[in-house]
Amino acid sequence: MVVLDINALWRRRSKIRGGVHPEPRKESTADKPIVTDFPLPERLYLPLQQHLGQPAEPVVRAGDKVLKGQLLAASRGAVSASVHASTSGTVAGIEEYPAPHPSGLPTPTIVLEPDGEDRWIEGAGEADPFSLTPEELCARVDQAGIVGLGGAAFPSAMKLNLGWRTRINTLIINGGECEPYLTCDDRLMRERAAEIVEGVRIMLHGLQCPTALIAIEDNKPEAYAAMLDAAKKHGRIEVVQVPSLYPMGWEKNLVTHLTGKEVPAGGRPTDVGVLLHNVATAYAVQRAVRYGRPLISRVVTVSGEAVEAPRNVEAPLGTLLSELLAFCGHKPERTARYVMGGPMMGDHLPHVQVPLVKRTSGILALTPEEIQAADARPCIRCGRCVSACPVGLLPLEMMTRIRAGQLDAAVSFGLRDCISCSSCSYVCPSRIPLVHYFKYASGELMARQQAQQKTEQTNRLAEEKRRRLERAKQAAAARKAQASAKEDAS
Amino acid sequence: MYILFAVLSLTALGLALGFMLGAAARYFKVEDNPLVDEIEKMMPGSQCGQCGYPGCRPAAEALVAGKASATLCPPGGKALAEQLASKLSLDIDLAGVEDQVPMVARVSEATCIGCTRCFKVCPTDAIVGAPKQIHAVVADACIACGKCVEVCPTECLGMQPIKTTLRNWRWAKPDLAAAGA
Ligand code: SF4
Ligand code: SF4
Ligand code: SF4
Ligand code: SF4
Repeated sequence: MVVLDINALWRRRSKIRGGVHPEPRKESTADKPIVTDFPLPERLYLPLQQHLGQPAEPVVRAGDKVLKGQLLAASRGAVSASVHASTSGTVAGIEEYPAPHPSGLPTPTIVLEPDGEDRWIEGAGEADPFSLTPEELCARVDQAGIVGLGGAAFPSAMKLNLGWRTRINTLIINGGECEPYLTCDDRLMRERAAEIVEGVRIMLHGLQCPTALIAIEDNKPEAYAAMLDAAKKHGRIEVVQVPSLYPMGWEKNLVTHLTGKEVPAGGRPTDVGVLLHNVATAYAVQRAVRYGRPLISRVVTVSGEAVEAPRNVEAPLGTLLSELLAFCGHKPERTARYVMGGPMMGDHLPHVQVPLVKRTSGILALTPEEIQAADARPCIRCGRCVSACPVGLLPLEMMTRIRAGQLDAAVSFGLRDCISCSSCSYVCPSRIPLVHYFKYASGELMARQQAQQKTEQTNRLAEEKRRRLERAKQAAAARKAQASAKEDAS
Repeated sequence: MYILFAVLSLTALGLALGFMLGAAARYFKVEDNPLVDEIEKMMPGSQCGQCGYPGCRPAAEALVAGKASATLCPPGGKALAEQLASKLSLDIDLAGVEDQVPMVARVSEATCIGCTRCFKVCPTDAIVGAPKQIHAVVADACIACGKCVEVCPTECLGMQPIKTTLRNWRWAKPDLAAAGA
């Protein structure tokens, strides 16, 4: 308990840097229960890569009959995640299909034709998850294909694994949901608090970690009450309210606010003994370990002014986002922009004929009034972007450097530490798309690094060729010498 | 006996000549400009000649002598131009330098006769294949210098843009009008 008291002390003292207060716009979905009877679509599209790392390797072929929850593609390597059938049916093929990505480019995807029976494969549940060893738990999470459901999509087993190798003394469960519009975690906490808490206990057991803190923003009193109630029997889990501020859900902000520890620049929370998971991930872990259910569906917020009946829907992975929108009364003619995820950090989608994937927390159809698109004007050096940046960077300085093509200068202003949170773009009175500059520049840096590697490889290959030719020349010379010697001799 | 004598004498001759060459290289050494060496190391090193010089070293020499601009090397692109400019403390306007659309050579199987000519000119050994058999390009090693295209007798080699996929897609630069220029 002493530890917790110190934490509480810190919480009062610690100040979060920067941040903004975007309009929450959560009212339209926050009070409606999660829809669980979403009709099964005609076809499901399951990309082999729905996570960070290596794409999964298909283990089925076109024409195969599969059951709900059956493995379709196996994880490849440590940083990868398996893909399972969201329902029973036939594999129609493995083909290139548009990905839910701002580029709209295609990616290898398993197409599944449901048979309508929705028949489960035999799953190996565990009546007492706490009798399993941490290694076994980790393996179960890996087999279930669970990734971080908050948006980063980092394979969860990898993160739990990391736990029993490095010392973790606090597990933070992120129920912040600081992005506007999104309420899927809020609803999940209100409706399935007991399951989430059990998931957290399983994670604690797997990590061999003493305490967990469940952080919930103070604009979600109902979720807080529900979680408090579910957690009160378990002394190792504390539910805490954090101020509503964007980006409160950013891991370094949460760690600083809750534990008082500063995550070093360029480091990870694990460096200070803290691990973060999202509430929806905890729920998925409970389903996987307790009932042997892989990750095949998720709760997603369908919202925006261009949607007549916005709400949270629990839908099978692979459902087209267009079908989800249509289900909620989408008005395409009113839509000016589609966003997957929240409006601050989410991806703008060119169209919505793309599947629901593990990391999709929301799909928004926004009207022209909501996005208030306007042309950018010159920077007036007001400094608002500087005070908004949670990392403490100078967005305007980085932007001017990037515009002039001086990437190195932008890097020296801290470009690599930018988390693309959009706070700076949000507050800029001149409506300069600052974060777009930073995304562009980060991509350029990556391209440059690859070009550098290619140059090195070219150098090496050219050198090898030169040596090969030299060897060939020497060999030829030696042969000639011998031949002429023989001639002389005869 | 004759054979032995011939072999021995030729070997001795070779050794002596080699020694003299080595000594000459040492004593009559032309002082290299170390900067040229450094610049040459930064170049792609493929000796492709796209810069208009016979290879990377002459290109580096021209640069150091101030006879060429930092933007001379197309395969190096913007990144190299920037590095060169900072190394030589030159002011350059990179806005004009467009990175080439990344290309890769491809052999069309239908017309390749396996003449091995492309294989011989490729500076990075990116073309694999045996004589009289269809050759293929290892995309990863190809630097798009285009030399193979020039020598191919059946015009079966062509340059193609590298396909954009989710893995190499990048955000475009915000256009200046929309960015408050
Ligand atoms: S907020 Fe916008 S206008 Fe103000 S200093 Fe930053 S970039 Fe310039
Ligand atoms: S997008 Fe980057 S620069 Fe802008 S506020 Fe967020 S972290 Fe700071
Ligand atoms: S263009 Fe570049 S790679 Fe080609 S020879 Fe000139 S310096 Fe070398
Ligand atoms: S273009 Fe042809 S010669 Fe040049 S690197 Fe590529 S394969 Fe080799």
